[in-house]
Amino acid sequence: MIADDNSSPERQADTDKDWFLPVVDQPSTRRTALKTAGAALGLAAFGKAISPLWSIPENVSVDEFLQQHYKELSDNDKQKVFQRLEAEAKDAYGAEVTISDPKPIPGVRFGYAINLSKCNGNGACMEACNRENNHHRGVDQSYIRVLEMSKGSMDMEHGTTTYDHTVPQDDKFYMPVQCQQCENPPCVSACPIEATWQEDDGIVVVDYNWCIGCRYCEAACPYHARRFNWEQPEIPTDEVNPDQGYLSNRIRPQGVMEKCHFCLHRTREGRAPACLEACSTGARVFGDLNAPDSDINWVLKNKRVFVLKEELGTQPNFFYFFDS
Amino acid sequence: MLTTVTAAAISYLLLGNGHGADDSLSTARTEPRPSETTDLPSVVSPKFAVSIRKPQGPPRVITGLKNADGTEVTIACVTCHTTRPPNHNNRTVKDLDEFHGGTVFSHGSVSCLSCHNERDYDTLRLADGSRVEFPDVMKLCAQCHGPQMKAYEHGAHGGMNGYWDLTRGPRTKNNCIDCHNPHAPQFPKMRPTFKPKDRFLEQPRTKH
Repeated sequence: MIADDNSSPERQADTDKDWFLPVVDQPSTRRTALKTAGAALGLAAFGKAISPLWSIPENVSVDEFLQQHYKELSDNDKQKVFQRLEAEAKDAYGAEVTISDPKPIPGVRFGYAINLSKCNGNGACMEACNRENNHHRGVDQSYIRVLEMSKGSMDMEHGTTTYDHTVPQDDKFYMPVQCQQCENPPCVSACPIEATWQEDDGIVVVDYNWCIGCRYCEAACPYHARRFNWEQPEIPTDEVNPDQGYLSNRIRPQGVMEKCHFCLHRTREGRAPACLEACSTGARVFGDLNAPDSDINWVLKNKRVFVLKEELGTQPNFFYFFDS
Repeated sequence: MLTTVTAAAISYLLLGNGHGADDSLSTARTEPRPSETTDLPSVVSPKFAVSIRKPQGPPRVITGLKNADGTEVTIACVTCHTTRPPNHNNRTVKDLDEFHGGTVFSHGSVSCLSCHNERDYDTLRLADGSRVEFPDVMKLCAQCHGPQMKAYEHGAHGGMNGYWDLTRGPRTKNNCIDCHNPHAPQFPKMRPTFKPKDRFLEQPRTKH
């Protein structure tokens, strides 16, 4: 085998061609033919594998294709990107929208709590999320799932979302589950390209333009809180929410991950999240964990509070409590 | 020895309790009562106001008659009740054989005159007999529902709209009777109206 190889000193001295293409200028043996065929196949396979990189996909503009990661955008870049996205929204949905990227309020750490003694599973929060966050109307996408749970069990894996009867049922309780904005988010660790990260106020966000849609984060999340955009969202023009955040509720492209962002385009301006305002039972409490006299801290100090899947060490900033 | 320890424990407990009471008092002082916050935003604090929805005044009773233009004829409570002496034997709606028969009543063992003021039917009465106006009805509810009221004052009951951060904007909150029918206060049963079509639950909409 070694003797047959073309690395023998006299051959190297013979011609430089051997250095570039070791199969050229060789005796036409069966072995050479096989080598040639193998090399050609290998090259072809490699070419095929990287072919997506040679052309920009049809539905992606050059600007979008060349866009940097959100954290690397200068203010000037951002303005250009936001203008482009606004124009795209106008083009695709006929809606005049404003895209901004409100920054975390210094010193604020968001916390959210749900009173399971109050929640009756009517699902108004899911609908509000759908409307506020420009979700795909075709599948009524929402960042929230309300689970109907049997009393006596806290195992969210046994909850059902398909209940279709008058609520609340006597032997059930209702537990809305959305992104828990973990202190130690497994989804962020799972992302191979840092398209998702935790901001200073605790909100885990996604750069929808950087995401490649591999869905590792979806698999990593123990709360099933991440969503994948299987389709380009369908939203009637008059239902598009024009108040949009780059990292929150702007209309997402097809094929990327998204998740609850505590309505950061609202909450970073001091407003309550849409699901809280929609809750007809008053079960939701939102506020700043760093403010000692905030509503959320009163709940944490005075109610029986638990977090979902505490044993996983994700340390959610999302809490559940009971009245008595 | 034992008595010293017990005394120490008791004094500790008492001090602890006293401290707790002080806390709640100071909370009550710094946080204006909900009925008082409606009128004016606080001037001294830079914070925006928390306003609480209030009933306009005493309710009007539907007589079942129609005006010439088709609208309902409604009358004030005192229209009838000034001429009729209060009957303390009428405890619930079932006891009423002339009016208010259609009212649903399911509110523990309280009777009509536990809350309605027999001396002025256009107002309500507290447990000590003192008069309270309909717009201040929460004062009446809070007499019995203290834990709920406490949770309410800390935003953990009743919901809100507006700003979580009062330095940036105002907040509005519901009144007790916005969500609870005072005659049958249990929160009504509801029918879920919105269901995400989770891809795990249904046939895929498209072929991939």
